[in-house]
Amino acid sequence: MAISTADTAPVTTAPAPARQAPPPRWRSREALTAWLFILPSLVGFLIFTAGPVVAAGVISLLNWNLFSAPTWAGLHNFARLGPDPTFWSALGSTAYFTLVSVPLTILVSLLLALLLNQGLKRIAVFRSLLLLPYATITVAVAFVWIWLYIPHDGLVNAVLGWFGINGPAWLISDTWAMPALILMSVWKSFGFGMVVFLAGLQAIPQQLYEAGRVDGTSPWKSFRHITLPMLSPALFFVIVTSVIGSFQVFDQALIMTNGGPGTRTTTLVMYIYRTGFENYDQGYAAAQSLVLFAFIVLITATQFMFQRKLVHYDN
Amino acid sequence: MTTEIRRKLVVFTCFLVTAITLVPVVMMVLVAFQSDGESMAAKPSFWPSSWHPENLTRAFELVPLGKYLLNTIYFAAGTTLLETVTAALAAYAFARLNFPGRSWLFGIYLATLMIPSQVTLIPQFVLVAKLHGIDTWPGMILPHAFTAIGVFLLRQFFLGIPRDYEEAARLDGANRWQAFVRVIVPLAVPAIATLAVFKFIGQWNNLLWPLVISNSDATRTASVGLQVFQDTNGTQWNLLLMAATVTTVPLIVLFFLTQRWFIRGITMSGLGGR
Repeated sequence: MAISTADTAPVTTAPAPARQAPPPRWRSREALTAWLFILPSLVGFLIFTAGPVVAAGVISLLNWNLFSAPTWAGLHNFARLGPDPTFWSALGSTAYFTLVSVPLTILVSLLLALLLNQGLKRIAVFRSLLLLPYATITVAVAFVWIWLYIPHDGLVNAVLGWFGINGPAWLISDTWAMPALILMSVWKSFGFGMVVFLAGLQAIPQQLYEAGRVDGTSPWKSFRHITLPMLSPALFFVIVTSVIGSFQVFDQALIMTNGGPGTRTTTLVMYIYRTGFENYDQGYAAAQSLVLFAFIVLITATQFMFQRKLVHYDN
Repeated sequence: MTTEIRRKLVVFTCFLVTAITLVPVVMMVLVAFQSDGESMAAKPSFWPSSWHPENLTRAFELVPLGKYLLNTIYFAAGTTLLETVTAALAAYAFARLNFPGRSWLFGIYLATLMIPSQVTLIPQFVLVAKLHGIDTWPGMILPHAFTAIGVFLLRQFFLGIPRDYEEAARLDGANRWQAFVRVIVPLAVPAIATLAVFKFIGQWNNLLWPLVISNSDATRTASVGLQVFQDTNGTQWNLLLMAATVTTVPLIVLFFLTQRWFIRGITMSGLGGR
């Protein structure tokens, strides 16, 4: 039937009204087609993504070690969070990591994007090479960074030595282990923001700057009043995704410090991993993961509230 | 004159910054070729005083690195292929076909976008364990092949394709499936490639999931394999960094081959699909 309507359509040459009011039979046929298209994705999505989200809520209400039958715990797992010092220190470490690494990463990304946008000839080559760390395996480069941070004569401390600075024993230092992880993470991830900002900079119409130049505006003022507002949607996007990403930091902390010294660099995700897969306390781990999710939602929602005031959209 | 100095300064800064950025990657390769004694000396040496290419075969003998690399390709390619194909099909229906419940179903997909993977980690592990999927390929691949992000990105892209192209094919008698395969998919190659490259590199990097699911060499990926390498052989720097080099180089090659899509993907996501 569908084919015969398609055949007659060119003859009538006015398919528009027919489209606005499709016959119900055709509509149900379209619905059937749609479900066939969606089905492979939907089955997998329900079983492996949506279902587990719901299950996380249920598991968080159980005492369960995976091996014996689960027992009902009610909200006990959430109540355990309050007096658990490791949870609070993990939350603190994660916040510390996020609060320092996100602004630093954004700053480095922005400065490099501005540098590459200075009308360079081989811009694509530099862009690719600077993006390289972003496309490496975290575990592999984490090993190199352990090597770079070797106390006394490691490369980082050797360079600091040129400036007369006696570098710390980075990864085993209470004070410096987290900054060391942050520096490595900034190195690993600045390329993403750089590419986004560079594309944003290239999309700014040059006339805006020329108008400013006629008026004798200083470079700083044109950055403040033209570049920054025009770049604000890209900035907002990179900030939101960076915060979400850094709240989930795990790989480099596991490999480089294993959460230490003590629990200094034990992040929330690492604590969830330890609770679930080293202590087999699945209910408590699920409760922690939901708290992590709540934090991410809260922070992202706050950012979106500020977005209305600070982000400038053309349209 | 001043513009000439300025230009040179910009070029110089670019070279300097790029050189500093590449130091860790270069050092990884240099130390990988040092002798045992040199790489383990109390005072680390930077440029190898003698080159030891045999470290490559030694690293492969210590742990089955070749197997780990192959496993990583299975894992990354399996999830990428499944996700891309199913997401493209579903995204087409969400973008083009009318059916009851379309908006709320898409809403459910969207709602899971912000949920961190750690929330689903434990239920997914429980599910895979109950289905006896620990240390098997279905157990590794299936839970990570149906995220909402693919459906979301491809739907955005399909919405941007003018309906006229497809209508023309439909008037020629093509059914929906034919229109999708012959018109939409060829037009969406850049978007599909972008999704595929991102997914592939992301899964190549994935540590947490293989760490909990694979517990033998049968499914162990490079990321987990490197961690095992460190556990079993300690910090024997030249061999450890040789293993790191061997697992990183394929990804770097892939990155340079696909960077066009990779960069387009970052740009697209950053500028809201523009």
